[in-house]
Amino acid sequence: MGGSRNSRGKILHRGEHWRDIGFEALGLLIMLVILLVLAALFVQLWIDGAQRLNLDFLRQFPSRHADQAGILAAWVGSVLVLLVTAGAAVPLGVAAGIYLEEYAARGRWSALLEVSIGNLAGVPSIVYGLLALGLLVQGLHLGQSVLSAGLTLAMLILPMVIVSTREALRTVPQALREASFGLGASRWQTVWHHSLPQATPGILTGVILGLSRAIGETAPVIVIGALSFIAFLPPSPVSSSLPFLNFDWLYSPFTVLPIQVFHWISRPNPAFHANAAAAGVILVLLNVAMNGVALWVRQRARKRQFG
Amino acid sequence: MSASLHGSSERAAFLRRRQRNERWAEWGLGAAASLAVLITLGILLTLIIESLPFFQAVGLWDFLFDPEWTPLFERAHFGIMPLLSATLLTGFIAMSVAIPLGVVTAVWLSEFAAARTREWAKPALELLSSIPTVVFGYFALLFVTPALQKLVPELPTFNLLAPGLVIGLMIIPYVSSLSEDALRAVPMNLREAAFSLGSGRLRTALWVVLPAAVSGVTASAVLALSRALGETMVVAIAAGQQAQLVFDPREGAATLTSYIAQVAMGDVPRHSVAYQSLFAVGLSLFLLTLVFNVAGHWVRNRFREAH
Repeated sequence: MGGSRNSRGKILHRGEHWRDIGFEALGLLIMLVILLVLAALFVQLWIDGAQRLNLDFLRQFPSRHADQAGILAAWVGSVLVLLVTAGAAVPLGVAAGIYLEEYAARGRWSALLEVSIGNLAGVPSIVYGLLALGLLVQGLHLGQSVLSAGLTLAMLILPMVIVSTREALRTVPQALREASFGLGASRWQTVWHHSLPQATPGILTGVILGLSRAIGETAPVIVIGALSFIAFLPPSPVSSSLPFLNFDWLYSPFTVLPIQVFHWISRPNPAFHANAAAAGVILVLLNVAMNGVALWVRQRARKRQFG
Repeated sequence: MSASLHGSSERAAFLRRRQRNERWAEWGLGAAASLAVLITLGILLTLIIESLPFFQAVGLWDFLFDPEWTPLFERAHFGIMPLLSATLLTGFIAMSVAIPLGVVTAVWLSEFAAARTREWAKPALELLSSIPTVVFGYFALLFVTPALQKLVPELPTFNLLAPGLVIGLMIIPYVSSLSEDALRAVPMNLREAAFSLGSGRLRTALWVVLPAAVSGVTASAVLALSRALGETMVVAIAAGQQAQLVFDPREGAATLTSYIAQVAMGDVPRHSVAYQSLFAVGLSLFLLTLVFNVAGHWVRNRFREAH
């Protein structure tokens, strides 16, 4: 192949061409191996868990008998914890992102904030669990409750929400802000009526990715003391009498899906491993779905922006 | 204020009100942003305060140099070395998977893959980091270990090799995405110059682009290592619970993180030695990952200045 040319039309040294093709194949091979391993993981889960995947599995409490056990308490717990997480992390994270991008002057204070956020993103998740155990569970006496778990996961995903808010705000054209200021709008009016609506899809993407991470997090929730065997549901957040909402569920003991999976894996009886696999399938599907939605929101916003 | 010049007291009141609202908005947003600093301080203070009684009882010397970790024995030993050795060994195995695969993938994505290939390859890689770690733990214990046992017959059910390999797989995206960013940041004219001299793509990538991006690639590896060391669920499920000094990846052993998870699973009364030891181990883990995080960011910032 003495006549091969590169992208500049230059004649390549001997053998260059084949090495390029070889590396290109190697890259493709690695990607395929990664996909194959992912597929193996999911197929294995599916094979192990398929026989337990039915509606009763969603409707039953855990049990000493593997074939009667279900994930009712776990998925209800996950939903409630996620409500608290979203309720805390989204407003606070978006507010912090707005402050850093639209308000803060460059200086020592904003540098300190940047370093803290960067550092928080790298702290192992189990350390957040220890913070919550010392501060929320014992210090503030919130107990081993839905509230503690929700706030813990909120702290965990806060950096993700802040970073995605900032990135989304950065894509808003400066001209838009200047036009708004030019018409006499204040800073907050500009943010609220112009920057924020423009940045919403980007923020939403980050929030969904953060929540999908929160749903799968196990370690911090173990540390604050989720129970692994729960045969009751927290009190319902909605009631039929005035004032229609109640907040007792916040202080209820709880379990979540990944804890249930972990508990079942740790049982020596292989019958429980099937339950773990089935719950794992649900967990993976939830995550893939949430990631898919996040990706879709991002793509749609991009298409709109660039026509 | 110009409003008074117009003689309209209504307008003056409006402006005052608006200014007050503005100040409130800035205050509120600033408070949300300062949460990042508060959480960082909270982590550090909680870990230090709650582990203080432990260090007073055990002593720093014994903690660092006692070769045994037997907190539940009658003659309890509290040497961090065994937990640390298992953590570092797992991290080493993980990195020997993640660095070669991650860097090759990054070079391939940045220098070889067409835009359309990247469109499916990048989400596929992101999928790896979005699957809940507890599911990876299941995979390590019930798929990878049995598969490895066919190659290494004497491999016990709990070992460090399988979780190490699985964690390595998990953190490939951390290596590849940061490395790819670094490779793409290398100015085009360097590549053009190499092509003009008749280099192929591989020669250009390995001898021109990669050396120019070496600090970014190094940073990605260091940050990914920090991730690997802090990973909990995979080791908690597949590495076993016995705290022992290990140098052989075929053996099972408790890591810093899996010790915390294992103790927290049980009922831990406050003021017990077990409770305090959680925070001492947590503090060690936090400092260990902090060192790698700071090193990673330091290397990355230096590289930013270079271009």
